[in-house]
Amino acid sequence: MRAKYVLAEMLVGLWRNVTMTIAMIITMIVSLSMLGASLLMYMQVDEMKGHYYEQVEVSIYLEKSIDDAQRSAIKSQLDGDPLVKSVLWETKEMAYENFKEQFRDAPDLVNAIGADELPESFRVALKDPQKFDQINAAYAGLPGVDTVVDQQKLLQKIFDILGSVQNLSLVVAGFMGLAALLLVANTIQVAAYSKRREVAVMKLVGASNWFIQAPFVLEAVFAALLGSILAWVMLVVGKIVLIDGKLAALTDLLLPVSWGNVNLMLPILAGIGSVVSAVTAWVTLRFYIRV
Amino acid sequence: MTKTYPKASRPSLDDVSVSIEKGDFVFFIGPSGSGKSSIVKLMLHEIKPNKGKVIVNGKEISSMRSWKIPSFRRSIGCVFQDFRLLPNKTAYENVAFALEVIGKSKAVARRVVPEVLELVGLGGKEHRYPHELSGGEQQRVAVARAFVNRPLILLADEPTGNLDPDTSIEIMRLLDRINRTGTTVVMVTHDSNIVNQMRRRVIEIEGGRIVRDQARGVYG
Repeated sequence: MRAKYVLAEMLVGLWRNVTMTIAMIITMIVSLSMLGASLLMYMQVDEMKGHYYEQVEVSIYLEKSIDDAQRSAIKSQLDGDPLVKSVLWETKEMAYENFKEQFRDAPDLVNAIGADELPESFRVALKDPQKFDQINAAYAGLPGVDTVVDQQKLLQKIFDILGSVQNLSLVVAGFMGLAALLLVANTIQVAAYSKRREVAVMKLVGASNWFIQAPFVLEAVFAALLGSILAWVMLVVGKIVLIDGKLAALTDLLLPVSWGNVNLMLPILAGIGSVVSAVTAWVTLRFYIRV
Repeated sequence: MTKTYPKASRPSLDDVSVSIEKGDFVFFIGPSGSGKSSIVKLMLHEIKPNKGKVIVNGKEISSMRSWKIPSFRRSIGCVFQDFRLLPNKTAYENVAFALEVIGKSKAVARRVVPEVLELVGLGGKEHRYPHELSGGEQQRVAVARAFVNRPLILLADEPTGNLDPDTSIEIMRLLDRINRTGTTVVMVTHDSNIVNQMRRRVIEIEGGRIVRDQARGVYG
């Protein structure tokens, strides 16, 4: 009986105040989907870092004037280096082939470069990609070495851009979250006001505090759950339309967002949303319905 | 016990000490602003004394933890001048509501509510809404709601303040009958007629102090 009473009161409360309920749910959808998107991006950047750093190489470009003795000295030092996982020697011819392959859409560029102009290099995969500085110190000064380039630095720029997009969406999520909280507090106040007579009688006859507050708190939690489900739907639509649709070309570079991660957002958003709004509602009631 | 409201220049109740025995029928009388209504609020733990103790049913409620208050209030019934009925519920539903929200089942309500409505003289009017009842009848519903839990104490704050003299006397007869079941009745009033007719213990308060405590008193 009591559960039925509490649930019925919750639905009546939401319906009586339906415009406010809709406003509350919409702000929750926006803030939770922003939060979900930035969480996804965070996981994505993490995954991409793992993925790319495994492939990232340090390129040791060699001078044109290098001789065989210098080259084999560098090679043998690399082979014996405990930091190095594998070494590939890229000759001028291989470099030119790779270049032609990479820029096959721009024949003018390919034609402008002679087969002999690209430098040969050692492509070095590191056991720990973070240890670039040690490699740089050990090899940059060797005779025959032109420059040592860390590809990680190039990737870092992409990750920085992704990171700032992520921060931006977190800020938007924060502001919308704040708006959602204020709306929750306001909705609960209005609901409590419209039931002030019942609340007064309940307090008078000694209804327990949780029994008085439960319908109001559940109103907020219900709206949050609805909001988080719809926010998740937004993320699913976003994945289908944007990531897998319009931006599909980029996912070669950016790695596809997995369904597992998108689905993981549903319990996370529902959890965060309902806990935060339950606490907000409860705190509001503490101020509004004094015992 | 002393109670001073915030921003008040003088205490509403100033070093008042009074003890009421189980089964008593007590009137608190005095002019408006004398502090008599503060007594009801103190007994309900709606307000707390600044100094001293309030002991109700053997429990010191002035220092009671707030989560214990609801169950404490179940041992007290309350009636007010403005009835405080829920307008969208019938007489039956108003009384049953008080039972349901403290966790009693519908079956209990079906058994107890008609009984208590009969007791207050509203048999046959269970399904009327408050606006379909007279003032006296509404107050009877309120008394039924206060009494349905068989409280140890019935607090009545100006219960006849909105009623004409004849109806007031009927309500007083009802309170008297409830008192005879062993329930302590504490009533705040400034209705001299009623006090004079009942000839019960009268405690007069003026300016926050007790000026008279008389066993079978009149309004004076």
